[in-house]
Amino acid sequence: MNAGSTVNEVLKVENLEVVYNDVVLVLKGLSLACPKGEITALLGANGAGKSTTLKAISGLLECEDGEVTDGSVIYQGEPIQHLIPEKIVRKGIFQVMEGRRIFEDLTVEENLRCGAFTRPRSEIAGGLEKVYDYFPRLRERRKQLAGYMSGGEQQMCAIGRAIMARPQLLLLDEPSLGLAPLLVEEIFDIVKRINSVEGVTVLLVEQNARAALSVAGRGYIMENGRVVMEGKAADLLGNPDVQEFYLGMGHGGDRRSYRDVKHYRRRKRWLG
Amino acid sequence: MEYYLQLFINGLVVGGIYSLVALGFVVIYKATKVVNFAQGELVMAGAYICFALTVQFNIPFLWAFLLTLAFSVLLGLAIERMVLRPLIGEEHISVIMVTVGMSSVLKSLVQLFWGTQIRVYPQVLPTEPVVIAGLPVAPVYLAAFALSAVLFAIFSVFFKYSRTGIAMRATAFDQQAAQSMGIGIKNIFAMSWCIACVVSAVGGVILGNINGINSQLGHLGLKVFPAVILGGLDSLLGAALGGLIIGVLENVCDGAARQLFGLGGFREVAAFIILVVILMIKPYGLFGTKEIERV
Ligand SMILES: Nc1ncnc2c1ncn2[C@@H]1O[C@H](COP(=O)(O)OP(=O)(O)O)[C@@H](O)[C@H]1O
Ligand SMILES: [Mg+2]
Repeated sequence: MNAGSTVNEVLKVENLEVVYNDVVLVLKGLSLACPKGEITALLGANGAGKSTTLKAISGLLECEDGEVTDGSVIYQGEPIQHLIPEKIVRKGIFQVMEGRRIFEDLTVEENLRCGAFTRPRSEIAGGLEKVYDYFPRLRERRKQLAGYMSGGEQQMCAIGRAIMARPQLLLLDEPSLGLAPLLVEEIFDIVKRINSVEGVTVLLVEQNARAALSVAGRGYIMENGRVVMEGKAADLLGNPDVQEFYLGMGHGGDRRSYRDVKHYRRRKRWLG
Repeated sequence: MEYYLQLFINGLVVGGIYSLVALGFVVIYKATKVVNFAQGELVMAGAYICFALTVQFNIPFLWAFLLTLAFSVLLGLAIERMVLRPLIGEEHISVIMVTVGMSSVLKSLVQLFWGTQIRVYPQVLPTEPVVIAGLPVAPVYLAAFALSAVLFAIFSVFFKYSRTGIAMRATAFDQQAAQSMGIGIKNIFAMSWCIACVVSAVGGVILGNINGINSQLGHLGLKVFPAVILGGLDSLLGAALGGLIIGVLENVCDGAARQLFGLGGFREVAAFIILVVILMIKPYGLFGTKEIERV
């Protein structure tokens, strides 16, 4: 896709080490980079340290008793690993956390307003319109308590909050988690649109490697707190190891995952 | 009948004060999950500050009242910064015990400066009763009730519509997610202590105008537990209604006990008897959140 367009990196993570509770070393020298205007996928099995990586970037480790003990997070040329989350959001980094983390006893619209907490008030009305254009279903439910929505609608709401924040770098943690295949496709389409229309750089964490690589320019695969493989999304999709361990091919697999493979191949051809 | 109506009206006024104090309690509980055992002492602190300003420094009442509000904001900030912020990340029970300690400290400070005898505010409002629905009501009662109602209205609008109010509710629901929105949760905590101090101080000043104050005023904080538990620990509307209901019930029960059985002092226990009954039939209170369950 637009790989190689610029070497201008919005985010650079260098040799990052993160320790939880002063003892558990979870990230062991992780490095990655997000080229400006692209979607970068960060893949890996459960427990590899993907969420930890995102929280280290957004400063959200503190309230989990996690700490960056080594390495650096460079955002637009400036180290940010010791800033508080509030400052980091104001600099233009917004994380959509794993599990959506909707404020359930607020309405949909109140949730969206929270997303714009750091933005000037004059942007709110326009921001809401934009979110409702992306997700017409949210417009219908804007006065409803967010806790009563389906998982897919909650994910839309979570992404909507990010749109309200107008970030330059969007960190998405497993947006497809627990969603039906059709919804996964819808969510990824939106991510792609936010990336291309709003020009937002995206770091996309996924276990659903196939879906993520189908929208990403580059990808990183991590295991046990380190990056073990990186490359263009297309190369990773074609790599036999990746196919075997992350795309569920080569095992024969169950029917559903095989159909998904075919689906995304078709989709990729169609997109490319 | 008129006897009971009178009790009802008294109950509403006292209940309005309970509601205010309960509001402060609920705001802190919602934002920080801290059960504040010093809530009654915050009432007392506000009451004594206003007393000192009007009586000892001869400042006109209205100014003294406004200065008391400003002082309460500072007190809230100070408590959050010096007492609670160092405890962030500690067990909830430790923080709760600290509020118990804080209540003793505040009470001792008041006794140190003002002694233990009853202090009376100067008369600000006319004493000539106003007649409402055939009943004579003291203007100070009317003013008290109106002030509580106005404060409640202001805070309802604040929590429903203002950016900070919505952020406070978001923080109350999920602190980490709130942080991910760029909400500075330490500011939110400070804000909730300020609100708690301000509404409590208003309650204290109203009480001072009605009854006079002494260093036992803090016991009022205990009455607020039945109110908030009735309303549901985390509901503002619940705090308002809980306070009013407890105020009315304790006054009416007290009057009934006096009239029917010749028992005095029932007022002091009525609220707690009600509390026990509520806990048996509605453990989450009238408006408390259980957890939204989706099917
Ligand atoms: N708050 C925490 N305290 C201690 N250990 C944690 C915490 N969060 C995550 N971990 C541990 O760190 C490792 C990586 O977790 P995580 O970053 O959530 O992985 P992933 O998102 O890739 O599934 C896991 O072994 C997990 O148990
Ligand atoms: Mg994760």
